[in-house]
Amino acid sequence: MKKIGKQTYKIDGDVSILSTACIAGPKEKAGPLSKFFDQTVDDEFWGEETWEKAESKFIKETAELAINKSGLPTNSIDFCFAGDLINQCTTSSFGLMNLNIPYFGVFGACSTFVETNLLGSSMIDGGFAQNVLCACSSHFCSAEKQFRFPLELGNQRPPSAQWTVTAAGASVLIKDGNGPFIRTLTPGKIVDMGIKDAANMGAAMAGAALDTLVTHFNDTGRTPDYYDMIFTGDLGYIGKDILIDLSRESGFDISNNYDDCGVLIFDKKTQDTHSGGSGCGCVASVFGGYIYNQLKSGQLKKILLIATGALTNALTTQQGQTIPGIAHAISIEV
Amino acid sequence: MDWFMILKAFLVGGAICVIGQILIDKTKLTPARILVAFVTLGAILGGLGIYQYLIDFAGCGATVPLTGFGNLLSKGAISEVKDSGFIGAFIGGVKAASAGIASAVFFGYIASLISKPKIKKQ
Repeated sequence: MKKIGKQTYKIDGDVSILSTACIAGPKEKAGPLSKFFDQTVDDEFWGEETWEKAESKFIKETAELAINKSGLPTNSIDFCFAGDLINQCTTSSFGLMNLNIPYFGVFGACSTFVETNLLGSSMIDGGFAQNVLCACSSHFCSAEKQFRFPLELGNQRPPSAQWTVTAAGASVLIKDGNGPFIRTLTPGKIVDMGIKDAANMGAAMAGAALDTLVTHFNDTGRTPDYYDMIFTGDLGYIGKDILIDLSRESGFDISNNYDDCGVLIFDKKTQDTHSGGSGCGCVASVFGGYIYNQLKSGQLKKILLIATGALTNALTTQQGQTIPGIAHAISIEV
Repeated sequence: MDWFMILKAFLVGGAICVIGQILIDKTKLTPARILVAFVTLGAILGGLGIYQYLIDFAGCGATVPLTGFGNLLSKGAISEVKDSGFIGAFIGGVKAASAGIASAVFFGYIASLISKPKIKKQ
């Protein structure tokens, strides 16, 4: 692996995304990306007693599906990187404990999926692993309960709020292989826009997305038109508009080939999710289904995937602290 | 039936809710803070004797929203002070609101036994 520029790394050998999997909940099933999910579930509880147990089931089933689709035996996976939004990443650790794969719990809020793939591909390119599993999940009900208000309160969501996606996504990375290949990694810095409103995460994370985007272009010498598509996950409608404006001011016009996973996953007109989707499971499931399919079919050949996270918890919000953001980027080429 | 009273209750109660809706849509206040602000405002207006005019005018339109609960707390505290002295300031509010508080706990418990929380529609 070679460092290029300030904080971008170029993978020397080949790291392929051998397989992906995504399982989503009922609201996501009703959305425009329904047909790209491997499986959808009609009940938020998925037959479990609690939302937390249901979310663990999402990540467990998705991870197992990704391994099945890869055709690799489970014991040939060297490491698992996984994360979610729930306190101390218990969704992932409870859900994946029976896989018997050496495990790293990762927290990057909604940026976790790209963070796990970034760490996994570095492990492979560094010679520490042959096969790595990456997995992420989020659940509307468990996240709402932890970060905002009890669902029993039934309070209204303000127009700037994003809807935490109920879904999980996973990928199996291997050394060499036939692609799609992870080519460059741009891990992000923590950027604080000074936003304190927990119902406006898109604005809080847009600055971090901009920082990583501009750094990636400067480090690689590329411009936005190098990529067929640039995807962020998950700035939502408000954050997407802010990022388009900010990047134009920075000299990079991404308005022609840019979209956001939080915008793609729901239909704004019929589903009334206000500012779009969010959550680790959003970018994980949109990438695992919709985007990965287009890479495999050749519709997309070069993409930049930037996942953004709001590094906050319920306590820091209540104590009036700002919401720092982070964004990690990986470029994927067929 | 006093249809004019029903209309007044609807208008005043509705107006209080409209204020809450505007605060949700136009400010960064969380719903919890808006609820607390309504109780506090009701308590202040009640303590100053102003809220009673609203109740006389609109009945349930003024007593049912959260401001009515605040009004009840301060009115109860003031009247209990007259009966039991200083300690009444601590007894009166909750005493006056006891029916509402106890029934909220009781019916909340019953509801938790017979129903399961659900995802929001929007």
